Amino acid sequence: MPDRPTGGVPIELRKVTKAFPGGGEPAVQELDLDIPAGEIVVLLGPSGCGKTTTMRMINRLIEPTSGDILIGGQNSRDIDPDRLRRHIGYVIQQAGLFPHMTVAANIAQVPKLLGWDRRRIAERVDELLTLVGLEPETYRDTYPRRLSGGQQQRVGVARALAADPPVLLMDEPFGALDPISRERIQDELLRLQDELAKTIVFVTHDVDEALKIGDHIAIMQRPGHVVQYARPAEILTNPASEYVEQFLGGGSSMRLLRLTKVGDIELDEVPYATEDTDTGDLLADIERDGRGYALVLDGMRRPLSWVGPGDLQGRTGPVGVAGDPVTASIGHRMTLQDALETLLNADTDVVPVLGRRQAYTGALSLGTVQSAIAAIKARERERRLRRGEAVR
Amino acid sequence: MNLWEYVGERWDLIVFETVQHASMVAQCVLIAAVLGVLIGVATYRRPRPSALATAVAGVLFTIPSLAMLGLLIPPLGLGVAPSVTAIVLYALLPIIRNTVVGLRGVDPLLVDAARGLGMSRGRSLTRVELPLAWPVILTGIRVATQLAMGIGAVAAYVSGPGLGEQIFSGLARLGGANAVNATLTGTLGVAILALLFDGFFVLLGRFTTPGGRLGGARA
Repeated sequence: MPDRPTGGVPIELRKVTKAFPGGGEPAVQELDLDIPAGEIVVLLGPSGCGKTTTMRMINRLIEPTSGDILIGGQNSRDIDPDRLRRHIGYVIQQAGLFPHMTVAANIAQVPKLLGWDRRRIAERVDELLTLVGLEPETYRDTYPRRLSGGQQQRVGVARALAADPPVLLMDEPFGALDPISRERIQDELLRLQDELAKTIVFVTHDVDEALKIGDHIAIMQRPGHVVQYARPAEILTNPASEYVEQFLGGGSSMRLLRLTKVGDIELDEVPYATEDTDTGDLLADIERDGRGYALVLDGMRRPLSWVGPGDLQGRTGPVGVAGDPVTASIGHRMTLQDALETLLNADTDVVPVLGRRQAYTGALSLGTVQSAIAAIKARERERRLRRGEAVR
Repeated sequence: MNLWEYVGERWDLIVFETVQHASMVAQCVLIAAVLGVLIGVATYRRPRPSALATAVAGVLFTIPSLAMLGLLIPPLGLGVAPSVTAIVLYALLPIIRNTVVGLRGVDPLLVDAARGLGMSRGRSLTRVELPLAWPVILTGIRVATQLAMGIGAVAAYVSGPGLGEQIFSGLARLGGANAVNATLTGTLGVAILALLFDGFFVLLGRFTTPGGRLGGARA
């Protein structure tokens, strides 16, 4: 096992066409797609749009009728299909684990095909189980049917990653899971991807999943072509056609909220002071700011309380414990949607945002969120103008 | 003379015939299993050849066993050859049919997974499809064994080996001394053997289906 996982390689589809015998219109038509190394690219579209066919042509489970697919610069036609597939991870719906093999044996399949020795395989299996959040001692020797859907799919991901392939193909992998497990395993995939930086081609018909997972999204339309290929924010703010708009199904501002992390927007600033600040100085700060309140932090910069001039009047020395304790806070990794939820339920109009180690990094109000969305839309518009609408 | 005395007096002969019967059935089923599974594997992906194989085995199946044995005398003569041929032919149908049904019943998703991981056709068949179809195939072999037990008894008609000898000699001198004892001995012997074989298959099934799953069905 290499100590560092192998990063992704780019995949290029060049005028790829697939016509099934007697199938009339080709399922995929002259498709061009550049999939950058180390990114998650989602093929999104309704059933029958050719997204699965496109994905399956990458590992040659379906042979393209014409066109070329370059994986890491190498034409896939020049590689024996079985060998090619051993170096492309493959995750399918409902995991597709072999029910007659233990979890460990399932994961070991590709390393076995590659002729690894026993010890190396056993070590790798444990390593992968840990990676996907399953305790090796507990799960190694169980059979798949004893696992929940989410656990099965974790094993599915581990099996795909077994030989550390640079590319991962995922065919609606979380479609059969309940919403809670799905959310969790999506988060976990993103966490893994932070570490592994594979090139992932992810097929789904779930718009929210695509927006959440994808670095880029290719929206496909029947029969087999891409109508828009862009980053999620751009697709939301500038759908390429009425079809894309319809497919997204409205609510694009709400989706932007879900897409954006609190840490990524410009936060509000309120006057603040640590407990040992002189009361007079803080009063002066509050007056200068004009909003009439300030935040008191402890020595680790964790918010303690909100104070107004009324709480401080007539006092001298350090601020100490004063005002109303802070009851609500927002983490900087939260999505704007969750932040909004917290804001709506909070007692105060402004809620402090906590960064690493719960330290104060800024504040959020409804107004901040609103202007953040406006800023994102403006930024996307500007980006488009700069490129001279070349994409459309 | 009652049945016990009859059996006691001819104990050595009866044991010999029983062992012969068991050995004939086991060998015939083994041949039929190898042939049947091979035919099933060769045809299950294509509807036409597999329909043809099942139909041919089905037609053979409908020929009455006495007629079949009789028809085999001209080309093969008497004794072991026609007996074994007949038993194998009868045993083929359940094995071919269950192999085809079992392999077709494997979730296509799992075959796709096997191929997607980089297994060759052959490896996918031996590592994934056949093991998953195994409980169904095993049931076919089990049914074939029960059939072979019965046909094996009839094989005494062409001087085949085994317990059929007791039955036929008994039936031939019905009304004479020990006729009923001989017939009963043969019949009971076959029945006991059948039960033993069946028990063996139950155990075999238990030891060869890891994880205690059912017929390749997904949880």
